[in-house]
Amino acid sequence: MAVDVRDAGSAPSTPIWLDARYRAIFFQIALLVAVLAFGAYIFHNTYDNLQRRGIASGFAFLGSTAGFDIIMHLIPYQASSSFGQALLVGLLNTMVVAIVGVIGATLLGFTVGVARLSRNWIVARIAAVYIEVIRNIPLLLQIIFWYQLLGKSTPGPRNSISLAGLFFLSNRGLYMPAPVTEDGFWLTVAAFIAAVVGSVVLARWSKKRQEATGQQFPVVLTSLGLILGLPLLGLLVMGVPFHWNYAVLQGFNFEGGMVLIPEFISLTFALVLYTGAFIGENVRAGIMAVSHGQTEAAYAVGLRPGPTLRLVVIPQAMRVIIPPLTSQYLNLTKNSSLATAIAYPDLVAVFAGTVLNQTGQAVECIAITMAVYLTTSLSTSTFMNWFNRKMALTER
Amino acid sequence: MKKISLIAAGAALIALTASGAQAQQTLDAVKKRGQVICGVSQSLPGFANPDAQGNWAGFDVDMCKAVAAAIFGDVKRVKFVPTTAKERFTALQSGEVDFLARNTTWTMSRDVQLGFDFVGVNFYDGQGFMVPKKLGVKTAKELKGATVCTQTGTTTEQNLADFFRANKMEYKVVAFEKNDEVLAAYDSGRCDVFTTDRSGLAADRTKLKSPNDHLILPDVISKEPLGPLVRHGDNNWGDVIRWSFFVMVNAEELGVTSANVDQMKSSANPEIKRMLGGEGDFGKMLGLDNAWAYNIIKMVGNYAESYEKNVGPKTPLGLERGVNALWSAGGLQYAPPIR
Ligand SMILES: N[C@@H](CCC(=O)N[C@@H](CS)C(=O)NCC(=O)O)C(=O)O
Repeated sequence: MAVDVRDAGSAPSTPIWLDARYRAIFFQIALLVAVLAFGAYIFHNTYDNLQRRGIASGFAFLGSTAGFDIIMHLIPYQASSSFGQALLVGLLNTMVVAIVGVIGATLLGFTVGVARLSRNWIVARIAAVYIEVIRNIPLLLQIIFWYQLLGKSTPGPRNSISLAGLFFLSNRGLYMPAPVTEDGFWLTVAAFIAAVVGSVVLARWSKKRQEATGQQFPVVLTSLGLILGLPLLGLLVMGVPFHWNYAVLQGFNFEGGMVLIPEFISLTFALVLYTGAFIGENVRAGIMAVSHGQTEAAYAVGLRPGPTLRLVVIPQAMRVIIPPLTSQYLNLTKNSSLATAIAYPDLVAVFAGTVLNQTGQAVECIAITMAVYLTTSLSTSTFMNWFNRKMALTER
Repeated sequence: MKKISLIAAGAALIALTASGAQAQQTLDAVKKRGQVICGVSQSLPGFANPDAQGNWAGFDVDMCKAVAAAIFGDVKRVKFVPTTAKERFTALQSGEVDFLARNTTWTMSRDVQLGFDFVGVNFYDGQGFMVPKKLGVKTAKELKGATVCTQTGTTTEQNLADFFRANKMEYKVVAFEKNDEVLAAYDSGRCDVFTTDRSGLAADRTKLKSPNDHLILPDVISKEPLGPLVRHGDNNWGDVIRWSFFVMVNAEELGVTSANVDQMKSSANPEIKRMLGGEGDFGKMLGLDNAWAYNIIKMVGNYAESYEKNVGPKTPLGLERGVNALWSAGGLQYAPPIR
């Protein structure tokens, strides 16, 4: 029988297209090419169709005049500003709600989470009922509910509820005195920054010292003193370089001062309440994940319940709490776009709403809006991941 | 809200990414579907309003029905798609609706930049203000410092800014996405003033708790020519809508009504003959039946009939014909001849 000598002699070598390693790489590349081609196809087609239908495209519109007003703007804005400026106004309005919301929801969530585990039956029950009720009603309904409630329960501006003649609550919002800074206020700002930096340094130092010697230092109290005291000193040195601008009723409405519009109040309140309930559950789960032996050990070395919670349980629970906490923060930020339902001028309402409509550039406006949300979400995640690593259990 | 508009925008994206070969064939698509899809307001009494049974009625709704009558000889062959002010353009761009009859102002940027074609003006309007009578305001010049409620995605938002800027008056604007939200906010006192097209004010006033406590100020701060619109690029489809509207105006001018159209068929007047299909092939020119105009008049009525039935002085809206009278009666409504 004729045998192929070469084949019989050499080791059985697999051809390259059957090699698992090369094949994997090949499929990865093929997938990448397919995705890119698909993307290019979509892009090209969209552009082509927009052109064919005579719909304007591109981002030049960001520079043209907006021509509409926005009720709440943290940066200077008027009808003659550009669409790009309107984008920033919307973005900042979203950020304010998100930041105030995250802080509020965190405080509320931790309180409720701990309360739910309280040995006091009433406290635990109240926390449980709150969580169950709030978690199970759609957020949009809650936002509209609080908005309606606020609108219906507050009087008109001419009969507003006044507090000491400085604060006025009406269906136009909460008016309050606005501080107006004068020359020399910089020292106060500088003092504040110095105080914050000082507090951080102090905290580091005291931690090192405690690790080395076991001696504690009242960091919180000292920092608080610094942060309040130094700016105050700065104010006094410069002869109190600011005054208050008071809100006064004039014609239809209040003029001057600062205002929290009802849309902001109800949106933030609803978001805090809603997200707080979820965070409460995360906190409870986190605390329960810490083995009871830890608490017993802490008691055994003579710690009281307060410090036990603060120094032993919470730090360990944090490792369980932070990942879901991150997604709650992201949810809150994204949920803030429900603002449209109650006329709060957030990013979606202003940019993906009015601007999109005025310019008709749906593709560009939605793309920018998505990119902004993506960026804020990714930044939040990055920060929280860093925080998570910092809180991770470190062996000493 | 947010979801709907994002979906609409998503739909626009998908529609725009798909091949645009069908751009020319809306009429064929409509015929094949057996139904014309008409974008209307969500609920604006007199213009587009569904009753409890979901039957739509109104001046804009009649425009939709006229097109269905022209194409199918059947006013039931319409699917009404309620759109908010903000969603309407995306709905049209994406092909979700075949055309809009939704008190939409013909502006240059909408015509040119948004890629639409307005086919005519079925209602000449202007923007106005409504205030509670108890405020004691008599003209718009007294509105300094007022809080104004309006709807997003409208010309209204921009006219408002222009008006207050031109008169150097401060004001605050609260802009809602849905008309009903604007109205609720105004009714609850969130705003001192409600602004939109004056026809819209008349319509919305009927929805308030006590309409008589509210006053529409005499000022007209803008030109709002309202009319139906189609996507740019399908001229034949635009012609169908345009001439369906012109038929209604011409019919009024020629004295043809839904009641007398059958007798008029034997009229000796050549203009009427051409319109009703007795002479020429005007329906065929559009790709329709020659009875197209007869069907519109028989089933929907002429311009005056639709006006009086929906928004005229005898309706709750109580709008006089004013500038919307025929040109021959000193108004602006004027339709080119069918010949
Ligand atoms: N004509 C203006 C305003 C049109 C508009 O949307 N008006 C409102 C207020 S009258 C409306 O029709 N709302 C009815 C609805 O949203 O259902 C425009 O085209 O921008």
